[in-house]
Amino acid sequence: MIVARTGNEAMAEAMRQVNPDVVAAYPITPATEIVQIFSSFVHDGLVDTKFVAVESEHSAMSACIGAAAAGARVMTGTASQGLALMHEMLFIAAALRLPIVLCVVNRSLSAPINIHCDHSDTLASRDSGWIQIYTENSQEAYDSVIQAVKISERALLPVMVTIDGFIISHGMERIDILDDREVREYLGEPPKRPNLLDIDKPITMGPLDLQDYFFEHKRSEIEGMNTSLPHIEAVAREYKERFGRYYPVIDTYRIDDAEVAVMAMGSAAGTAKVVVDRMREKGKKVGLIRMRVVRPFPKNYLKELIQGFAAVGIMDRSDTLSTLGGHLYVETRAVLYRASHQPPIKNYIYGLGGRDISLEEIEEIFEEVLEIGKSGKVTEPVVYKGVRE
Amino acid sequence: MPSLKELIKKQDLLSGGHRACAGCGATIIVRQVLLAAQYPVVVGASTGCLEVVTTIFPYTAWKVPFIHSAFENVAATIAGVETGYRALKEKGKIKEEIRFIAFGGDGGTYDIGLQALSGAIERGHRMLYICYNNQAYMNTGIQRSSATPYCAHTTTSPAGKVIPGKPQFRKDLTEIVIAHDIPYAAQASLAYWNDLTKKVQKALEVDGPSFINVLSVCPLGWGVPSDMTVEIARLAVETCFWPLYEYENGKYIINRKPREKKPIEEFLKKQNRFRHIFRHPDRDKIIARIQKEIDRRWERLLKRAG
Amino acid sequence: MKEGWRKLPLGAIIPEAGSAEKFHTGDWRSERPIYHPDKCIQCLICFIYCPDSAIKVEDGKVVGIDYDFCKGCGICAKECPPKAGAITMEREMK
Repeated sequence: MIVARTGNEAMAEAMRQVNPDVVAAYPITPATEIVQIFSSFVHDGLVDTKFVAVESEHSAMSACIGAAAAGARVMTGTASQGLALMHEMLFIAAALRLPIVLCVVNRSLSAPINIHCDHSDTLASRDSGWIQIYTENSQEAYDSVIQAVKISERALLPVMVTIDGFIISHGMERIDILDDREVREYLGEPPKRPNLLDIDKPITMGPLDLQDYFFEHKRSEIEGMNTSLPHIEAVAREYKERFGRYYPVIDTYRIDDAEVAVMAMGSAAGTAKVVVDRMREKGKKVGLIRMRVVRPFPKNYLKELIQGFAAVGIMDRSDTLSTLGGHLYVETRAVLYRASHQPPIKNYIYGLGGRDISLEEIEEIFEEVLEIGKSGKVTEPVVYKGVRE
Repeated sequence: MPSLKELIKKQDLLSGGHRACAGCGATIIVRQVLLAAQYPVVVGASTGCLEVVTTIFPYTAWKVPFIHSAFENVAATIAGVETGYRALKEKGKIKEEIRFIAFGGDGGTYDIGLQALSGAIERGHRMLYICYNNQAYMNTGIQRSSATPYCAHTTTSPAGKVIPGKPQFRKDLTEIVIAHDIPYAAQASLAYWNDLTKKVQKALEVDGPSFINVLSVCPLGWGVPSDMTVEIARLAVETCFWPLYEYENGKYIINRKPREKKPIEEFLKKQNRFRHIFRHPDRDKIIARIQKEIDRRWERLLKRAG
Repeated sequence: MKEGWRKLPLGAIIPEAGSAEKFHTGDWRSERPIYHPDKCIQCLICFIYCPDSAIKVEDGKVVGIDYDFCKGCGICAKECPPKAGAITMEREMK
């Protein structure tokens, strides 16, 4: 069914169709609507979910952990400072191997306080052991939230699905939604896990682990992340077979004969696709790489993919404040280490605090990357696109 | 009220082999609570002594399902477990009647966990929250909390040359909890097992949140010999340092009115955490100030109980 | 031999309830409670105050001390009614 939905509405709609056992959430701009819309589903009797209107995001994630530990199917949503307040609990959710799905609306982290989009919030959580899926638009967000439930229950890892604050969360788009019945049949009952409500088999969760076991448990968790990519891919394939829409781990656009490529995440990739079309019309061989799954980092795919280009421009809507550049840039550099062909790469940090990036600016990036492709030289490896000097 | 003859026939749900210090009050409280529980229970604990000593991997002392996630959030965590239970029960996936108990120390309850506790009470989760209150951060090595009494020596409120221990009086958390219009709240003591076990059974029948603040004794942190745990806890009640009372359906009931209230000095002088008071030039003034505050709070409680 | 990471249950779960019983804290003792059955009035006070679940019970009666777990805190001896005096403390012989 084709409907008009904002990104927040699309994610809330997916949550309604998933009909989780428990949602514990707290409002925060620009993700408030997800919580709000879902509350009205609960109060209008459209879902069976028990909604816990907690007093903070820290408690939201804590309650999600408790409910997931009880064996329930659990979802929540947040953004920015809320995700930062959950930070401690993110690691615990992952280490306890609890399938929890978190809808994140990307927003800058304070200070200064700002409510608009960049990716600093979820990227600051990138080492927490959560699978991270960055979506481009409302349709993908909707589909990815449904997929995330399956992925989390198979990989036994929590999953966050993100959309860009305001740009996608509040932008109305035309999306194709599934029938409730289709979603529920697809997801089925969650697989049985050891849980706290099994009174006859009392388990202890969250013990104290010292020098003699912590390392083994952490290694096991790392393996969970290391082996999660096949689950994500299998779910994507099954979803395509059932419903026709397919999202690869790394999305690409017109790269087959491209000489250079630009990498991006989130909504800017959609804008960049328009730029690619424009430039192609002018006969310029450019393509786009959109990183969709960032945790686990699809290192082998990426390495294979980008070695063939004469140069790659990497757009980051965040900075690591480490002198090294943006997150995607730093990780791509790591992937390229000792690759047989190492294309020159350049980092374009853009859009912090929701600063618009225009088609023209992205075109400038492409032109520059084409130049680098020709000369093979990068004079300034990290630049800030769109900031006033 | 459960009798010892009944309780001793039940299975101990906290095993031996845990790593609590000799004479630990917290594990006495947990044993009494679990023995009293008339339903199967799921237990949550905040980070702290209790969680540490009972769950050193690969060993657990718990014979009931147990979860620990972090320090400040046991109320939110157990609220999540309870909500998951309600959801699954409604769908017929769980058949048993189960109750949910959260254990937090005073640090995890009075201080860092106060917000999560307040939220969980306001939302009305059916959970029993038990604060095992040993009046300081014992797990990290005896630092002051807002439950630490006036003048007590801790490592962050030391008995110094100028300031003799903690400069502030204790926060009255039980009253803060009662201000939520909670269906059931109480203060109890490990020394009065019959009172505590009765309160636990009452609390587990409440269809909503309940809270019991149990004074625990930490021999190491209080500076008392390990065999004195029960005796000191008893003295706390006899001096009205720790009154036993209930708040039920909007009414206060004092469970134990000492026939003769013992002077606070008797409680103070047995503990090294107050030793410096007795050597202080203003010794009498300090003790009088403490006594006055104990009396004021006791009188206020008497008034509330009508 | 401690298990390698591949064999441990996921999420650091401890699946065996009460497994702490395999860890004996009895060697912490510097003093040892001695139970005198002839003097015991079965008031069960030692049972309810023991922090270590170390009072041995059979058919609802106290029958002795579990030295695997008893840390020798002395609460049982202290709280045993003076008129009974069924538990006394003595120095632990190592």
